[in-house]
Amino acid sequence: MQSGLVLLVMSLLVFVGVFAIGNPVDILINPDADQAEIERAIKALGLDKPMWEQYWIFLVNALQGDLGRSFVFNIPALQLIWQRMPATLELAAFAMFLAIFMGLPLGMIAGLKPGSWIGRTIMTGSILGFSLPTFWVGLMMILLFAVYLGWLPASGRGETVDLFGVPVSFLTLNGLSHLLLPAINLALFKLSLTIRLARAGTREAMLMDYVKFAKAKGLSNARVILVHVFKNIMIPVVTVLGLELGNVIAFSVVTETIFAWPGMGKLIIDSINVLDRPVIVAYLLMTVTMFIVINLVVDVIYSLLDPRVRLGDLKS
Amino acid sequence: MTVGVEIIKEETLLRRFISDFAQSKIAVAGLCTIVVIILIAIFAPLLSSQNPYDLGQLDIMDGRLPPGEVGGAGFTFWLGSDDQGRDMLSGIFYGLRTSLGVGAMSAFIALFIGSSFGLLAAYFGGRVDSIIMRIVDIQLSFPAVLVALVLLAILGKGVDKIIIALVAVQWAYYARTVRGTALVERSKEYMEAARCLALNHKRIVFRHLLPNCMPPLIVVVTVQVAHAISLEATLSFLGIGLPVTEPSLGLLIANGFEYMLSGKYWISFFPGIALLVTIVSINLVGDQLRDVMNPRLQK
Repeated sequence: MQSGLVLLVMSLLVFVGVFAIGNPVDILINPDADQAEIERAIKALGLDKPMWEQYWIFLVNALQGDLGRSFVFNIPALQLIWQRMPATLELAAFAMFLAIFMGLPLGMIAGLKPGSWIGRTIMTGSILGFSLPTFWVGLMMILLFAVYLGWLPASGRGETVDLFGVPVSFLTLNGLSHLLLPAINLALFKLSLTIRLARAGTREAMLMDYVKFAKAKGLSNARVILVHVFKNIMIPVVTVLGLELGNVIAFSVVTETIFAWPGMGKLIIDSINVLDRPVIVAYLLMTVTMFIVINLVVDVIYSLLDPRVRLGDLKS
Repeated sequence: MTVGVEIIKEETLLRRFISDFAQSKIAVAGLCTIVVIILIAIFAPLLSSQNPYDLGQLDIMDGRLPPGEVGGAGFTFWLGSDDQGRDMLSGIFYGLRTSLGVGAMSAFIALFIGSSFGLLAAYFGGRVDSIIMRIVDIQLSFPAVLVALVLLAILGKGVDKIIIALVAVQWAYYARTVRGTALVERSKEYMEAARCLALNHKRIVFRHLLPNCMPPLIVVVTVQVAHAISLEATLSFLGIGLPVTEPSLGLLIANGFEYMLSGKYWISFFPGIALLVTIVSINLVGDQLRDVMNPRLQK
């Protein structure tokens, strides 16, 4: 209910806001066009109606799954976003994968040996990961790996193969080489975050009674760490990273612009620059919806992982 | 002959704070760097060999010179020049000005708005509290980049507009921090005493409650200034932040992007370093402030 309200308010805000940006007619129509031609175009795009009527038409259509047509591409805005979405999701998923599978072990090592040189090196790295502006790191990665070393391509998506009818890059070698740089770039911040969470969690868990008990029971060190400690540090990691998934999708705007990755993020920046209103509105609504869904899913997973949350709910 | 007179310095709160802060050498180094950067930003016109915003002073013939080259105007381009013949060093000095200005300005306006709402929520509680905090929660569930992107898509480019966008992104953090502290402070005895004296709301909130909520706020301000600078650079890089005529560090980096593939690294590289040093120094100071002000870590 609240989610629906947020969505409605957002749609109104975005619509009114986008309406105020500027006049798309100036940009889209040939300046040499005569008055009759301009008027015909305005009618065709539905721009001659008053604002509230445009919003009402938009709202009715939106409920039927129609968010308007792109002024530039002249195909439904939603379809345009659907086309671009797999690229963004692939990038985001791969970045999250990197962040988790590199961050957890690194963070646990740093947590088990906080004073050692390896622990300190990992922590220094994670502080850098927080402080470095993502977009600049991306540029420097292009400079190093694409321009000077020539190992990896700097832009585009490379070869794709269809997996269940969706084009993906990570199954071809060429596609994977295109995916690697943007994914690392996007993962950098989350990686630092995962390291910090895993480190703090491990340090805390190692002092807990259940760890002492497991050790006293005669379990091997590896089992204590990989089973008992690991399960307990997963709770904060899942919560935070779940919420960060949305953040990754939003931040892919930056990464996609740098690496010319043909996803939704690049689409929105291009659309803002040419004032392609339906696409901007559709993108923002899609993202908001995505956020609401992600928050819901995280809540559910959270209660599955931590029985205490479920019990708390039952009592109240 | 001197008698060993021990001078006992009175331990004031400020002195204690300074000595605590100075325990971390790296934080002191960060603080010094910030001071130098601020001085550079203030005195940019005196330090630069040209005014990078004055198109009349730029000579397109000096375009894309590598670092250390002497240009047509007779001075050395220590860090090279960009495509319009703008001296990168001067560009960075002026860029720091814009970036720091925008960052500090937005952080302070957001601080004012955010802490006012936070105080209102904590002091009055009840429905006021739940409405304000619900808005804060909803706002914080969206990533800062996205919110700023939406606002700038709506508002357009410009210094004032980017400040509005940054304030809109940041106020919620302050509101939440202040509310958290103020809730704890509200139930303390001095607040009760103030209420018993029948002081008016305004006086209680601003003279008694607010000063006691300052310590955590100062830490949040430091971190948020760094965040604002970074976000402004990102948005300008995307081409939706500041206008091209007055480049901030983000725009300088964006200008160099297209020349990078041909190996002309300096246009993007040096402004990035300046940005990096600024952000890292602020974060170092912020980290130390957090440690010093955290009562749980105090001896």
